[in-house]
Amino acid sequence: MRITQGCFSFLPDLTDTQIAAQINYCLDQNWAVALEFTDDPHPRNTYWNMWGLPMFDLRDPAGVMGELKACREANPETYIRINAFDSTKGWETVRMSFIVQRPTAEPGFRLTRQETKGRSLRYTMESYAVGRNPEGARYAS
Amino acid sequence: MGAAENPQQILDPKKRYQAGVLKYAQMGYWNADYEPKDTDVLAVFRITPQEGVDPIEAAAAVAGESSTATWTVVWTDRLTACDKYRAKAYRIEPVPGQEGQYFCWVAYDLDLFEEGSIANLTASIIGNVFSFKPLKAARLEDMRLPVAYVKTFRGPPTGIVVERERLEKYGRPLLGATMKPKLGLSGKNYGRVVYEALRGGLDFTKDDENINSQPFMHWRDRFLYCMEGVNQAAAQTGESKGHYLNITAGTMEEMYKRAEFARDLGSCIVMVDLIIGWTAIQSISNWCRENDMILHMHRAGHGTYTRQKNHGVSFRVIAKWLRLAGVDHLHAGTAVGKLEGDPMTVQGFYNVCREMVTRQDLPRGLFFDQDWASIKRVMPVASGGIHAGQMHQLLDLFGDEVVLQFGGGTIGHPMGIQAGATANRVALESMVLARNEGRDILNEGPQILADAAKWCQPLRAALDTWGDITFNYTSTDTSDFVPTASVA
Repeated sequence: MRITQGCFSFLPDLTDTQIAAQINYCLDQNWAVALEFTDDPHPRNTYWNMWGLPMFDLRDPAGVMGELKACREANPETYIRINAFDSTKGWETVRMSFIVQRPTAEPGFRLTRQETKGRSLRYTMESYAVGRNPEGARYAS
Repeated sequence: MGAAENPQQILDPKKRYQAGVLKYAQMGYWNADYEPKDTDVLAVFRITPQEGVDPIEAAAAVAGESSTATWTVVWTDRLTACDKYRAKAYRIEPVPGQEGQYFCWVAYDLDLFEEGSIANLTASIIGNVFSFKPLKAARLEDMRLPVAYVKTFRGPPTGIVVERERLEKYGRPLLGATMKPKLGLSGKNYGRVVYEALRGGLDFTKDDENINSQPFMHWRDRFLYCMEGVNQAAAQTGESKGHYLNITAGTMEEMYKRAEFARDLGSCIVMVDLIIGWTAIQSISNWCRENDMILHMHRAGHGTYTRQKNHGVSFRVIAKWLRLAGVDHLHAGTAVGKLEGDPMTVQGFYNVCREMVTRQDLPRGLFFDQDWASIKRVMPVASGGIHAGQMHQLLDLFGDEVVLQFGGGTIGHPMGIQAGATANRVALESMVLARNEGRDILNEGPQILADAAKWCQPLRAALDTWGDITFNYTSTDTSDFVPTASVA
């Protein structure tokens, strides 16, 4: 399966040139770009690992691409996403987020159904990858 | 009442309160020198006086009948601080290009309204006055709600920012679809449509306005099967999904019961129809706030009073009331789809929903600056006769903070519902990517879609099926303001 989080998951994986163009857009909006990575991509896992702090003072896409390269080398076989943070009053939140690295194989999620009262079910999503190995070794081949 | 007359307020108390009938302007409901206070509620009405009725007297009558006046002088006014409670019409202008129609501005003191009650606000502002005989027609065009009054409302329970944080979806419009056929499917078949659309790439699916609990599908069956579809699709995509479960019912008790069942099944969102009424909306909004629930508002029924611009209430006013009353999603028009909507006027509605301060913008129908006092942003929803081939126009008109809903444009896809959803998602992401790269999507949009369709067969099929469909009819609800050079 292919996890479809982020705003470009239905497109072919972006090239580095395309990624740099999107970073440039974020910087033009005065958003702070940040890198995050995880090997637990459950949709309710809000807090991925931060690759350093959001780059508040960095105005050059090349700088972000350098950080992305370093993050990829240190964390192969993980998900990496680029977030863009807007500190404007009334937003003060992420304004854009897209995946820039995926593990080679994405086994996806098992849906478990617990029968409860009447016809109601209690649903739980569990990642196959998270279930089989501890953090750091979940997607290693 | 002669058109040449311009009666002034009678200031001598003996004459003013002599039993009998006076003109509204003589009673004090017209004051051209009045300077509106920051705490006043302001309204602009479009009025069409009957033949021979002086427009200033008509404006004064609007102010009178929407505040303290009755048809005759009453001495009991003198027991009150009546000058304060009288609304004041303070400005009148002919409507450009519409003979016999006038815009009139009316100011209301803050003490005329109960805090936190849209019911009370509307009982005054659109109460008696709309049936008043000396007016052929009246329309409430816009309102300025003072910060002091805005602060008495809780507003949207979730708002755009928190909704996106809960869903972990940023940087693009959300995608939805209304289930079709809107009536007749069994629960099991209905849930199938939900599942297919979400699995194919949509973020949300939606009950239609009139699906409640009919003989073909009991509401509990609908909720159970829809949540199966939502959870199955979420697990297979690793992405948050939702279905707007319509909890509209005959009584509040029944609505609460349905809301609680939706919550217990793990739904992130419920929906109600506008026709449940203002008090019910504020109550269910409170419930949503207590239960971490997004509240979707379907504006069923609004066309009966918003569409004709000589009489009724503009939707921009309805949107302002709904933002105060507290909804998270609001259908606000598509401009390019099958339903009424001049593009500029529709953009005005979106600004009312989304901005922290809505600025005066006459071509978009906005008469006032409106400070929302940090009340949350409402996510507008574009729904009704739109398809993937219009993606560049939709993104250009509305930006990222919108839910684009393609019902027929998803479910009617020749390769099936999943393919329809995928076509829409690919079209959307391609267009956002291109816009962010600095491309001119309005002109290059068709080419951007055609390029994506080269590797995405479902998009190719969607463009082949609907690419040429447009709904080019003249809008009835336009602002009547022609942009002219500023004279300042």
